[in-house]
Amino acid sequence: MSYIEVKDVWQQYDNNVVLERLNLRVREGEFCTLVGASGCGKSTFLRLLLGQERPKKGQLLLEGKPFPSEPDATRGVVFQKYSVFPHLNVLDNVAIGLELPRSPLCGRLFGTAKKKAREEAAGLLERVGLGHAMQLYPSRLSGGMQQRLAIAQALIVRPRVLLLDEPFGALDPGIRKEMHTLLLQLWQETGLTVFMVTHDLSEGFTLGTRLLVFDKVRVDPQYPQAYGAHITYDIPLNKGRCGADGKTIADLPAGVLKNGSLSSFKDN
Amino acid sequence: MRFLNRYPSRGNRVLLILLPFILLAALYFVGSAMRLADNPDDKLLPSALQMADAIRHMAFMEDPRTGDYLLWSDTLASLQRVAIGLGISAIAGLLLGIATGVFPVLRAAFSPVLTVVSMVPPLAILPILFIVLGLDELSKVMLIVIGVTPVLARDLEQTGREISRELLIKAQTLGANSWTLVLRVALPQLVARLLLSLRLSLGAAWLFLISAEAISATAGLGYRIFLVRRYLAMDVIVPYVVWITLLAWFMDWALREMHRRFFPWADGGRA
Repeated sequence: MSYIEVKDVWQQYDNNVVLERLNLRVREGEFCTLVGASGCGKSTFLRLLLGQERPKKGQLLLEGKPFPSEPDATRGVVFQKYSVFPHLNVLDNVAIGLELPRSPLCGRLFGTAKKKAREEAAGLLERVGLGHAMQLYPSRLSGGMQQRLAIAQALIVRPRVLLLDEPFGALDPGIRKEMHTLLLQLWQETGLTVFMVTHDLSEGFTLGTRLLVFDKVRVDPQYPQAYGAHITYDIPLNKGRCGADGKTIADLPAGVLKNGSLSSFKDN
Repeated sequence: MRFLNRYPSRGNRVLLILLPFILLAALYFVGSAMRLADNPDDKLLPSALQMADAIRHMAFMEDPRTGDYLLWSDTLASLQRVAIGLGISAIAGLLLGIATGVFPVLRAAFSPVLTVVSMVPPLAILPILFIVLGLDELSKVMLIVIGVTPVLARDLEQTGREISRELLIKAQTLGANSWTLVLRVALPQLVARLLLSLRLSLGAAWLFLISAEAISATAGLGYRIFLVRRYLAMDVIVPYVVWITLLAWFMDWALREMHRRFFPWADGGRA
């Protein structure tokens, strides 16, 4: 049984069909990069996985059970921006991920529990290269540092799935390279299942073990909203690399749909 | 160099700050001196000496009738009303702001009615307050509460709605429930904003207080001003107005300092 299964999902807002006939099976520990033109439903798909929206039709299953219909600690997320708390310093921004689940009444820990949570958070911050900035507020951090923080924050709760919505879209190319290295290291250590939306094709190719291309196969020029996008290419990548579960990409299931032509690819 | 690119030096800055105050005072005292030279019994623009004398009477000599030091008992009465009124408004405004700012269901229920209620001119319902609540402290405090709360609540609702959707989702992915999300995410941001909107509401709070005291009170700064008006006692009124202004300015300063101290992240985030 596959880890995540997407069964014939449709999503539409009023008469605007965004996704149609979306089918996908993903194994635990895969790194899926999602590419495609703007407005073709990549981010919508991510929101469905996050539980921020529910599909109009179809099902999303996590180990055979429907996805929780609101965001929770099973799925971590990093947005392009605005995803760290401006009123907490770097250390507390991460420690809050340990405090919230353990303290449903006060939302914070006290005494030794608090100290331990902060030590654990500090360890992770050292790991992502923010050890020197733990007392700063996010507004004092550069864009790259903020995203490092957001990633650390998402990982501290040990989610089963990590969702990244163009996390490096606003960063300089040099910083972006550093972030790629960091992300790959963390992914290999944790064995997380990752979905990452990106506009940068080369980023999609270098990072993922699987590249999913979203595109519309049916287009009505008179009424462009009539049809939605689905996954037109499903390309296994970086065969040598493997997730923490030890499976190589070679024995992953083949793509679901392979119609359309390569030209739609270059257009992006 | 263009005017907009010029900055005052440190010394000049202090000078520029003081200049308008000095000018205003000078204008007053010159006017006062001219009128008193014409007519030593003129009551309209009392001199500094006359006002100092009035202050001595009000602040440092017992009132023969009540045995109080009037300036201080008036100040105490007024400050108490303002503090209780603003305190209740702050708590009510914060609760309403969180409710309507964070939870869509509660926003649907309360936001429109708040908008309508905030349009009721508070002074227009002052008679109702006097009738219903009597002429005592309660009606004066309630006037401040009714006047200030909707403004605070609407401002905080807006602030709550401006917390980005991403942050609310992020908090949920970190394990927050509705209650802890309010405690750890919404509350700190809204309290920071509350201190700022309280500063802006100080003027309104004092306006409502003085109005209520003018109509019905037995003590208070507003009461005293309107009482001595009957005797054209400008030598009391002017120092009282200055004193009220000072009190309001001090409250403003205290709120600003609290904001700086407790919410350093809110402006620039220096740790």
